[in-house]
Amino acid sequence: MQSDLVLRVIGKILIPFILLFAVYVQFHGDFGPGGGFQAGVIFATGIIFYALIFGLHKARTVIPDNVVEAMLAGGVLLYAGFGIAGFLLGGNYLDYFVLSKDPIHGQHRGIFWVELGVAITVCGVMLKIYYMFASRGNSEEQH
Amino acid sequence: MSLSAHLPVLQVVLPLVSAPIAVLFRHGGFAAGIVTGGAWAAFATAIGLWLHVAEFGTISYHMGNWAPPWGIEYRVDRLTSFVLLLVSGTAAVVLPWSRASIDREIPEELHYLYYAMFGLCLAGLLGITVTGDAFNIFVFLEISSLATYVLIAMGRNRRALAAAYRYLIMGSIGATFIVIGIGFLYLMTGTLNLADMAVRLRAVENSRPVLVALAFLTVGISLKLALFPLHQWLPNAYTYAPSAVTAFLAATATKVSVYVLIRFYYSVFGESLVFEQLPLPQFMLALSLLAMFAASFIAIFQDNLKRLFAYSSVGQIGYITLGLSFGSLTGLTGSIVHLLNHGVAKAAIFLLIGGLVLGMTKPGTVTAEPSFDRLAGLSKRMPYTSFGIVIAGLSLIGVPGTAGFISKWHLILAALEQDQFWLVAAIVVSSLLAVAYVWRFVEVAYFTPPPEDSTSVQEAPLSLLVPAWLLVTATIWFGFDTTFSVGSASDAAQQLLKAAQ
Amino acid sequence: MAHFMYIATVFLMVAGLYIVMARGNLIKKLIGLSILQTSVYLLYIAPGKLLGGTAPILAPQYTVYSNPLPHVLILTAIVVGVATLALGLAITVRIREAYGTIEEDEIIAIEIELLKKADKLS
Repeated sequence: MQSDLVLRVIGKILIPFILLFAVYVQFHGDFGPGGGFQAGVIFATGIIFYALIFGLHKARTVIPDNVVEAMLAGGVLLYAGFGIAGFLLGGNYLDYFVLSKDPIHGQHRGIFWVELGVAITVCGVMLKIYYMFASRGNSEEQH
Repeated sequence: MSLSAHLPVLQVVLPLVSAPIAVLFRHGGFAAGIVTGGAWAAFATAIGLWLHVAEFGTISYHMGNWAPPWGIEYRVDRLTSFVLLLVSGTAAVVLPWSRASIDREIPEELHYLYYAMFGLCLAGLLGITVTGDAFNIFVFLEISSLATYVLIAMGRNRRALAAAYRYLIMGSIGATFIVIGIGFLYLMTGTLNLADMAVRLRAVENSRPVLVALAFLTVGISLKLALFPLHQWLPNAYTYAPSAVTAFLAATATKVSVYVLIRFYYSVFGESLVFEQLPLPQFMLALSLLAMFAASFIAIFQDNLKRLFAYSSVGQIGYITLGLSFGSLTGLTGSIVHLLNHGVAKAAIFLLIGGLVLGMTKPGTVTAEPSFDRLAGLSKRMPYTSFGIVIAGLSLIGVPGTAGFISKWHLILAALEQDQFWLVAAIVVSSLLAVAYVWRFVEVAYFTPPPEDSTSVQEAPLSLLVPAWLLVTATIWFGFDTTFSVGSASDAAQQLLKAAQ
Repeated sequence: MAHFMYIATVFLMVAGLYIVMARGNLIKKLIGLSILQTSVYLLYIAPGKLLGGTAPILAPQYTVYSNPLPHVLILTAIVVGVATLALGLAITVRIREAYGTIEEDEIIAIEIELLKKADKLS
């Protein structure tokens, strides 16, 4: 699909907005529909869209495999780390009340970071699945 | 709050965190260290929990400080702490063992993923056991199952892929049935907390959705625990998985499913619904007997040693469900004890077979299958491995002085309590089938002359023998000193029955 | 029509289970499995909706709220379903590479053929 001019131009215009929309869904999740899972998927969609138009190898230079694996491990660790922070600060596991002096603010803070962890992991997993399947079997097609 | 108050959650979080750390560094040796460390820490946590529960009684831990039934509760009672010890203990022994074994069985660049999956599987199994929330059980079940499918697919033989696929299909159907059952319970009670659910179920006990939920849960969990007609995924999965994976799964995965079954029967539905109003005990008795006889009988005719003991596992599950079907204290105690006794013996056998496969395989070649024609005269070449398999095999038969005798003794007592003498005969006769399949190994390994070209076969290295013999010693230990095994099992059974009334 | 959603759920459940059992193609089996899992989503989600209920965000003008818990549970179940499907497809890809086919009966035929050859050799 790399020779298709229309796709390349439209893709270049759309991809930044897809990524921006992912960030919006992520951070607006407190007040409206959204959250880490959806944001991670939308972000990954943007990258996969890029890979479809410009080729897998180019997407892999933008986000290399080891970064993807670090993302899917790092997100879980961020989530679990905030859980552990809960009981280091004197609460229970995943206790966000103790993360700040004001319990409601603490809840906000906890959910923000945990959702970020979810988004990073989901995005990593989606990209990993795509990379794995797309790179299988047709190695000569990847320039 | 001190760290000891967080033991229930640390139990799951320690192995769970070890898995992503292993992925993050992408190094086999480092991953081995961190996941083994996580498993040992989980074992230490389990010991701590066991001591705490034995002294102070049930622990309830509130996730995120949201009180149950709104928040997720982790609940540790006697049975939970007993199963936690079995699962984390097996992992603590199998992981150091697997270091030398997977060097041969899994490509170097996948080692860190193997350890990560092992960590996830362990965390999932511990999570199923420790959680007091119905939906949480499903989530942890899927975490452990998905990790298990990957681990099985890592086997060298391409049949491992087919086995993993089949287990994936059947395991997912089982998990879906479980979540349908939980869904019906949630619709009827409006709660997911198991303790709260039990209280609210009293009001709607005999309504049809509750019975449907019971049916879906029973079938779903039976798929997972490989109750006889639903066991089809097990033999191939155990045969073609890497040796360490087989040993770990044989000792833990089906046992945790039995735990879930006991939990739903006694702590949620209550004894009277399951055992008095429905013909479930009779049904279970029939299936258990089928498992004890048919699976053990099929085991006798297997050519592959791993497959033989895989079928034997299906048969031994029959004894566990047989104990459940009595619905009595002695029967339940027998069941719970057999979880431990069979788990330890089977883990020992599969570890020793793993060492045996390794000893028979020349470096750099595809791993050999432990088929009987290659085992001739094995006792001369691998005396410690062969002797270990025989000892653990005696425990499967239930010879006095081994752990298996203790559990079968309790099952026989339970049958006598209800004056069912024919059941006593059935237990004894089915044990004779176990004699037959263990004897096949003895005959080939001890009384057949070794072939000429067997000089390359060597005894397994010490790093494989020590963990395996630790488990073999444990089967003998639990055959003589039953203060831990029977003691905690009967405490657990008493607690369950008291709560169910 | 009060029980329409239960009929739909049971239809999907049985259809999915039938496909898993009756089809020999490994991909089709996975499709059946996904349909089976989808029926569970419906089972949980539909009773959580109240006619006229809004999203459970407290506001003075609303008094009737839908139950949000099933949605959260099913989001988790969807993730599990996606993971199962991805893993199943990955294993199918590797089966295809190892056997050259994704038809169950052909795989069994290949294995039986191998067993026969091994018997002749020994």
